Amino acid sequence: MPNKIYNKHVLISIDSSTLLAGARQVEKKLVETLKKEKLSESIKVIETGSLGLSDQGVVLVVYPEGVHYVHVTEKDVEEIVRKHLKEGEIVDRLLLEREPEVSTVSYTEDEFELEKQARIVLKNCGIINPEDIDEYIALEGYSALGRVLADMKPQDVIGEMKKSELRGRGGAGFPLWFKWNAVKNEPETPKYIVCNADEGEPGTFKDRLILEGDPHRIIEAMIIAGYVTGSHHGYIYIRGEYELSINRMERAISQAYKYNLLGENIFESDFSFDLQVKKGAGSYVCGEETALLESLEGKRATPRHKPPFPTEKGLWWKPTIINNVETLANVPDIILNGGNWFRGYGTEQSAGTKVYTILGHLTYPGLIEVEMGTTLRDIIYKYGGGISTGRQFKAALIGGAAGAFLDETALDIRLSYEDLGEYDAVLGSGAILVMDESACMIDILGSTMRFFQHESCGQCSPCRVGYQQLTLYVDKIAQGKGEMKDLDDMLELASFMNGSAICALGQSAYLSVSSILRYFRKEFEEHITDKKCKAGICSMSENTEKIAMRG
Amino acid sequence: MYERILRKYEPTADNLLFILHEIQDNEPKQYIPEQGIREVSDYLDLSPSQVYSVITFYSLYSVSPRGKYIVRVCDSPPCHLMGSVSIIDELSEILGIKEGETTENGMFSLEVVSCLGVCGVAPAMMINKELFGNLTPEKVRNIIDKYRQDKQPASQVAE
Repeated sequence: MPNKIYNKHVLISIDSSTLLAGARQVEKKLVETLKKEKLSESIKVIETGSLGLSDQGVVLVVYPEGVHYVHVTEKDVEEIVRKHLKEGEIVDRLLLEREPEVSTVSYTEDEFELEKQARIVLKNCGIINPEDIDEYIALEGYSALGRVLADMKPQDVIGEMKKSELRGRGGAGFPLWFKWNAVKNEPETPKYIVCNADEGEPGTFKDRLILEGDPHRIIEAMIIAGYVTGSHHGYIYIRGEYELSINRMERAISQAYKYNLLGENIFESDFSFDLQVKKGAGSYVCGEETALLESLEGKRATPRHKPPFPTEKGLWWKPTIINNVETLANVPDIILNGGNWFRGYGTEQSAGTKVYTILGHLTYPGLIEVEMGTTLRDIIYKYGGGISTGRQFKAALIGGAAGAFLDETALDIRLSYEDLGEYDAVLGSGAILVMDESACMIDILGSTMRFFQHESCGQCSPCRVGYQQLTLYVDKIAQGKGEMKDLDDMLELASFMNGSAICALGQSAYLSVSSILRYFRKEFEEHITDKKCKAGICSMSENTEKIAMRG
Repeated sequence: MYERILRKYEPTADNLLFILHEIQDNEPKQYIPEQGIREVSDYLDLSPSQVYSVITFYSLYSVSPRGKYIVRVCDSPPCHLMGSVSIIDELSEILGIKEGETTENGMFSLEVVSCLGVCGVAPAMMINKELFGNLTPEKVRNIIDKYRQDKQPASQVAE
């Protein structure tokens, strides 16, 4: 436990994107320089998870001032130490150009006091060292679990979850309490708790940053889920590409075992729970819950027919809860503050906050957590810093590749389950891809269709053949050989896929095709009748080897 | 080598993915050879075709030998929007191979893959376990140049 008082803390963000910008080298240099300047005793360097800034290189935050330095290189370290840490003079040239928004992950001192912070899921990310369980514990970590095991019956926990109206954040938006209650009431044993961390939706990396920044939060939530439903085994299925997430989670689990927060008789109660990380091997469809179960069993990840639902017949055909990382990350705070507290955030039908990954032609691509119901305009212009290229906003793809395209008429839409429903759009995974005028919608639709063609598991023909055909249509239009009839044929095919594919991967074709044709039909027509691509991206001839099928 | 890996796991089918990862990670040419498939299927009491079907389902596994460095470029919509096509073209040109191929000296394989989850720094790629973002054709040339300085051919590494 921390028992030494330091004058200053320097947080260094260690996540996949800062690592590739050289965070380790900067950290090493910083520690060496502090030693050299004899400041090691008074200034502590703390590794932390993501600070929510994606394109800012290595990021350092100095507390108590809350000063953010970005694009820091080894060469800058000496200046920061000498000028700022020793003499108290801020190094202007390295400052973040904007004040961090309240709801980006970055903190300033007095924001700790803000009552209505829109930060629940990410509240520890960028604050604690994710590799040290004591830091999580120091910020009320595992106290929700303690309270549950000491004072609450499973039914009480479900009651709070019901009051909170927390819905799944993985895409489908299913109420959490309903799944938990269903598994709790199943007589069959054993039961399983699975965390879906197979985050493959293009444009989405929120779960990665939660896993890298606050892994114990997920462990705590899964133990609570186990206690509520009478399950003693949990699996966290993390995609194979997420090396750092896997390492941090494994480390966190072994620390939790050491503290007897996992294993036999947790907190000296009668309850025991075991948890294990499972590593994926590169398959988008594993994000579909029944495909994930197949993969956990060591098979090809082909989705199952539903019903029966996993709550009844899940892993090894036993009752199973499958929750997304972000959904689980809400659980400890709901226990500590009550379901009504959580319900106080958001809109009529969408409680709480939502973590978004915002990207594309934005000034500040990255990760934000804001209240449900925040408008698309605010997300783009307030948190994303507006369009980076100086051009006009053209389109947003909301909810990942399996989401819907919207144009500027939808900028004032409140992002919530119910408001997006009115536009036939979905919140999905929370990825928001912003495009300026330089984007060609035919090109983007082509990229989306090729993605699904590649990731189709091949089990059912509507999806396997459907995406292949849709790709051919789009390529035909991009080559200047399209006919007006193709547009209606595409819609009809997509609608057929929506009605007949086994899982959401095949069904979501309709959302892409129908939304893009609703808002950007004119652009498709220009390609067909005028044989013109205004953005100058489509070849309008047959020499399109480049966009040949992916292997 | 296989026996050492296999013995670490209970012989239950749900360990298949773990075992395949470990076999591939220990194989200098980053693939799962036929002998490996046979031994795994014996150990887990599965048919070789079952194991083969699992390997070919997942994109991180390969049944054919690959380069010492696997260059994985993302071409999902966010990277595509930010110019991944020019990155793929550049890589294809400087390595002299198309996607899915391996250079003759066994140094590089080029793969076009789905989202790597670093979309905030699109366009992005991974070389083995190392990530690179905010790519431009010029950056790509410099990165590949650095890897080229590693003169040890793939077949002489490890083991």
